Amino acid sequence: MTFASVSAVTVTLLLVGVFIVIMMNLNQLADNIENDVEIKVITDPAADVEDVKLLKKEVQETAGVATVIYSSRDEELDKMISSFGDELNLYKQSNPLGDALYVKASNPHETAEVAAEIGTYDHIYQVVYGEGKIEKLFNVLTMSRNVGLALILALLFTAMFLISNTIRLTIVARGKEIEIMKLVGATNSFVRIPFVLEGIWLGVLGSLIPMGVISFAYYELYTQWEPKLQNELFQLLSATPFIFQVNALLLFMGVFIGIWGSFMSVRKFLRV
Amino acid sequence: MIVMKDVYKKYPNGVVAANGINVKIARGEFVYVVGPSGAGKSTFIKMMYREETPTSGSIMINSINLATLRSKRVPYLRRQIGVVFQDFKLLPKLNVYENVAFALEVIEETPKQIRKKVNDVLALVGLTQKARMFPNELSGGEQQRVSIARSIVNSPKVVIADEPTGNLDPDTSWDIMKIFEQINSRGTTIVMATHNKEIVNTIRHRVIVVEGGMITRDEYEGVYGYES
Repeated sequence: MTFASVSAVTVTLLLVGVFIVIMMNLNQLADNIENDVEIKVITDPAADVEDVKLLKKEVQETAGVATVIYSSRDEELDKMISSFGDELNLYKQSNPLGDALYVKASNPHETAEVAAEIGTYDHIYQVVYGEGKIEKLFNVLTMSRNVGLALILALLFTAMFLISNTIRLTIVARGKEIEIMKLVGATNSFVRIPFVLEGIWLGVLGSLIPMGVISFAYYELYTQWEPKLQNELFQLLSATPFIFQVNALLLFMGVFIGIWGSFMSVRKFLRV
Repeated sequence: MIVMKDVYKKYPNGVVAANGINVKIARGEFVYVVGPSGAGKSTFIKMMYREETPTSGSIMINSINLATLRSKRVPYLRRQIGVVFQDFKLLPKLNVYENVAFALEVIEETPKQIRKKVNDVLALVGLTQKARMFPNELSGGEQQRVSIARSIVNSPKVVIADEPTGNLDPDTSWDIMKIFEQINSRGTTIVMATHNKEIVNTIRHRVIVVEGGMITRDEYEGVYGYES
């Protein structure tokens, strides 16, 4: 029984594990992209310091706002100069820009609503948040998350069928033993227990290689790439808790698949 | 002890294997069930240990109605019945002792009780010396004796045997019958389906003839014989 079933568990769990690692990291990327979305509120250049202070307070108190960072008109001009060049230095004499407030929504998906609300306040010149684009971006991210989840589930189901079939083939050989047990008065649970224990053992054995391979590979990947990704939007999930979580998940899935596979395979033979 | 009332059994393929069977078997009786192949003997026997259920009618064994018995309760019924098969149904990987002990292990008997009961029953069937041998090292008659030992180790009130001498030579068959006689003499009811005319006509007991799913003859001290 063991070799065929353990290899079936090993191969499928390895696939599931690799997929989980990829999906979780893509999910992390999606989170980072979402959290990077912000609203830029440009104040009316005619507004005085008190007006801007009041506006900042008002924005801060708006429902759905997480953080507000103030940037003065001079700082804004400096940013423009560093982006577009020193020609803009002449604007230092009379700065035409307004102060800016950088606002992050507590739920990035509500950015548009928060921006619309802020747009109704006084002393505002413009509210900018990548209108139209972020809706599309969020749609793409949601879709890719769902597709990933569906793929993992599909893979798990395939694994279960593959494994329960492998176990069934080996249990057929023991059909006579089960029949005799039933005929001498064994209850279904008495017959099932050894097969379920075998299923657990098989699941544990089958998850060892995927756990080892994924832990080693992810640790290597993390130590090599993490320093290079320091200031990038895409960050790998930190190796230590993540590897343990994936391992626990793989072990749980292996045991679950083993129990489920044995249960399903024995069921057919219990009807004596 | 065993009461069948208006038992009717139709298989999904349309074959009617029991067509209104009515029979009463008292405690301690020894009954032969005879009849041509395909007459419904096996169904008659299988319904008694609930491998088959009747389509209609009732079968009572020790006041349990097998027709309405829930699947969960079947193991407890089987612990009250010993079954002996034509093909012995021994587990090839277990030795003689283990095969017999197996029937007690499934009902979670204590190891001490298992040892005592298995040794007693192996002595009864004359296999004490071969307790450590495996089924493939035994003759057909010896294997059947192991099967009988397993069926009675739990001291059942009824032993049902489905052609127990069907695969055995005449001399061995007589030895097996002697064991059944001995078990019967201790008060155990025995219901045996058989094709062995010589045995039925020599060791006289009640004979039930099953033909076309019906009981066509039921005689105490009867002889072997049917029309078709």
